[in-house]
Amino acid sequence: MSGERGVSGILTRTMVDVWARLEPHLASVQKPARYIGCELGAEVPPPGPERVGWLLVYPDTYEIGLPNQGLQILYEILNERDDALAERSYAPWTDLEAVMRHEGIPLFSVDTHRSADEFDLIAFNLSAELVYTNVLNCMDLARVPVRSADRAATAPLIGAGGHATYNPEPLADFLDFVVLGDGEEVVSEINAAVAAWKAGGRRDRHDVLRALARIEGVYVPSLYEARYLPDGRLEATVPVDDAPPIVEKRTIADLADWPYPKQQLVPLTEVVHDRLNVEVFRGCTRGCRFCQAGMITRPVRERPAAQVASMVQQGLRRTGYDEVALTSLSTADFSGIEDVVSSAMDDSMGCGNVSVSLPSLRVDAFTVGVAAQIQKARRTGLTFAPEAGTWRMRQVINKLITEEDLYSAVDSAFSQGWRRVKLYFLTGLPTETDEDTLGIIELARRCVELAKANGHNGTVTVSIGGFVPKAFTPFQWFGMNTEVELRRKVNLLRDAARHARGVQIKWHDPRASLVEGLVSRGDRRLGPVIEHVWRAGGTFQEWSEHFRLDLWEEAMAAAGLDMDWYCHRHRTEDEALPWDHLSAGLHKDFLWQDWRDALDEVGLEDCRWTPCYDCGACTGYGIEHIVASAVPPAGGSQGTGQDLRRGGEVPVTLLPRTPVGVGA
Amino acid sequence: MKQRVRFTKLGKVRFLSHRDIARVWERALRRAGVRVAYSEGFSPRPRLSFGLALSTGYESLGEYLDIDLAEEVDPDQLPAIVAPSLPTGIVAQVAIVIPPGTDSLQQAVTSSTWRIDLPAVAPGDLIAAAERVLALDTLPVTVERKGAEAQLDARLAIVGLTPLGSVLEAELTTQPRSLRPAELLRAVDPMWVAGRVLRTHQWTSVDGARCEPIPFGDLGARGATSAPHAEARAS
Repeated sequence: MSGERGVSGILTRTMVDVWARLEPHLASVQKPARYIGCELGAEVPPPGPERVGWLLVYPDTYEIGLPNQGLQILYEILNERDDALAERSYAPWTDLEAVMRHEGIPLFSVDTHRSADEFDLIAFNLSAELVYTNVLNCMDLARVPVRSADRAATAPLIGAGGHATYNPEPLADFLDFVVLGDGEEVVSEINAAVAAWKAGGRRDRHDVLRALARIEGVYVPSLYEARYLPDGRLEATVPVDDAPPIVEKRTIADLADWPYPKQQLVPLTEVVHDRLNVEVFRGCTRGCRFCQAGMITRPVRERPAAQVASMVQQGLRRTGYDEVALTSLSTADFSGIEDVVSSAMDDSMGCGNVSVSLPSLRVDAFTVGVAAQIQKARRTGLTFAPEAGTWRMRQVINKLITEEDLYSAVDSAFSQGWRRVKLYFLTGLPTETDEDTLGIIELARRCVELAKANGHNGTVTVSIGGFVPKAFTPFQWFGMNTEVELRRKVNLLRDAARHARGVQIKWHDPRASLVEGLVSRGDRRLGPVIEHVWRAGGTFQEWSEHFRLDLWEEAMAAAGLDMDWYCHRHRTEDEALPWDHLSAGLHKDFLWQDWRDALDEVGLEDCRWTPCYDCGACTGYGIEHIVASAVPPAGGSQGTGQDLRRGGEVPVTLLPRTPVGVGA
Repeated sequence: MKQRVRFTKLGKVRFLSHRDIARVWERALRRAGVRVAYSEGFSPRPRLSFGLALSTGYESLGEYLDIDLAEEVDPDQLPAIVAPSLPTGIVAQVAIVIPPGTDSLQQAVTSSTWRIDLPAVAPGDLIAAAERVLALDTLPVTVERKGAEAQLDARLAIVGLTPLGSVLEAELTTQPRSLRPAELLRAVDPMWVAGRVLRTHQWTSVDGARCEPIPFGDLGARGATSAPHAEARAS
């Protein structure tokens, strides 16, 4: 096909080359629409010497990556600047990759189909650990040496951001820089550092790396050295240059200052979460001990309700979507959620019904009012996450919802006409007994009974994930269950589910949990392991049809490393952790105390409505929660098991940390 | 009020699937503020109906869509109203009001005209092949339908073949049996590799007379974007 079929009239020679070479092959690959770009909202400035070029890469398929809000926010912020430009790329599926390697076609942006190595920076979004081999694959397809030490001054700078970067050590050999925390402000500072380096003739790569390391929130792994003890444990990770001994995360103080994305991308082909997404708050202080996202994104910063309403209304009008998701880590906690939902559902578009989805619904705050609101539009299933099967277990993990909370939420859902309820649980949690595990099916069975009581045959789908301990959580010291033990528990649940009519069970592959566990808390010695798996063809490890445990085992053996030692060993208080030179604001002694409290089955209140425990996330950075309502949402126990009548003040008052026993 | 719209699918958007095109239209109409009637039931959908699917990767100058509108819209204005909401390559060219009871596009369309680029086939070979095929009584070909292999007499589905240099213009039936351009090529010469495949027309039969769902001849009078112009815009 003709090469002059470009986009937006921007024709650089290489762009024509890549598109012209790619196009004849697109008819013979699966879902070719994921490689054409053309989304509504995809507008990029023309490249020029005055702009630092960023290629933002989501290292999984387009369908998974396109909706990623973090990537879209940075794409917009950079493209609004007159000294930057940002384009996007996604991991090509294996069929196109084979074509690209055969034909010598490089990784390309979907915006203008420019070759990836024409950009000054290639920045990866790391939402999960199993994509790491895809990161290497994308670099290789971009014709960039995978190891940062092998890169010439002219090679693109390779960066990463996203939740998984809180333990970036397994990727230390490959990444030039890593961003911790919110990206909204720091991208512009990085842009300025790279622009200055470009203006100076981009002579020494080390210069720009040192400049980047001076930016708060930016970690440059090559400026640090990991030292090990004779017994193999880490001694410390220390700067070998003038880099800061501790790299702190970045936190934007007020979400109201960042109403992004303003121009959410609307793809032409099907993707996951294909709807308008409006982030209603960032951060969560419920304090669930297994939840890395809740720990690393503190404090709670709510978007003003009026801004949410206008982002919803303008977004629906601009995009043509008929569904909006109000996103956060626990949307029912948003102050005045019912008003926001009803204003979102307001049929001001005049174009039929709008449906509202509330991902991450906590069962406790799920009031009948909210149920009645969303049911006006189309309904799919409802999902709740009790996470553990017994109250004892939920105290350990600090997910303090009572059985009554769950049953009243499920009863309310079934009485409002829902037929399908999905419940998320973890297994392999600290101190878990078989009684706790089997409690999952008992809860599900009683939920099915509630459907019957409401006069219909409702189904309850139980989704089981193997628990993987993560950095900067109270469970970071916990030796995770072995694959054999996880499999035993899954089988226990399957057997029990067979005798529970109406209960369906789905589970995550324990082998994949094992590898996720290895990489989540691994150190720099895993670099060669990841490289080995990638070189042996182990890409798309998040996809069950491509997952290859044998490659990981082979790579660990080749590197002389022990999976057991990394994954299943309980770590001690005095052991240096691979992420000790990084900070999510949380004091290590706070996390350790919370870990001890977990083992003592002691719960901890939500600090947004009670006095401060000084976890460090607010006090360390001089910021505070931004919560419109000084009291918790009405109704039920709010899952805290607390007496909430006194929750009338917004902190921050420093008090001695006194964890409270609950539900005893 | 039902309106029938003719639109193009040219350039990069040719890689969208039939389902993708439906979703693009739903959203474009919402963005443009055109009120569409919704189906009843648990999961209401906007009432849009498309003609026969165009295979992913093929381009077209003549795709059709019937829209059940919930409000009065001047059909002469509709293309301009939706134009800013459609992606590059999808151009609404013309709309007409269709009376209640009009046959659906799926029922009405009986054949399509295609232009198939065959850059590696010499014009003389193309002429010879077309003459040979048209002279045949039968032309068996194995096709895939609903995941299973089926035998088809391709000759019965070939209405006409016209070589134009290295381009083969072919009119192929869509019912009672349908034949796709790739299947035609496989039946004629398995070695041929198609470049661009472009649907230029769809045909219906009204009281025995062959005509289009919206005649192309109306274009000039309505001042809508002409087809060649639309093609230039997408390129």
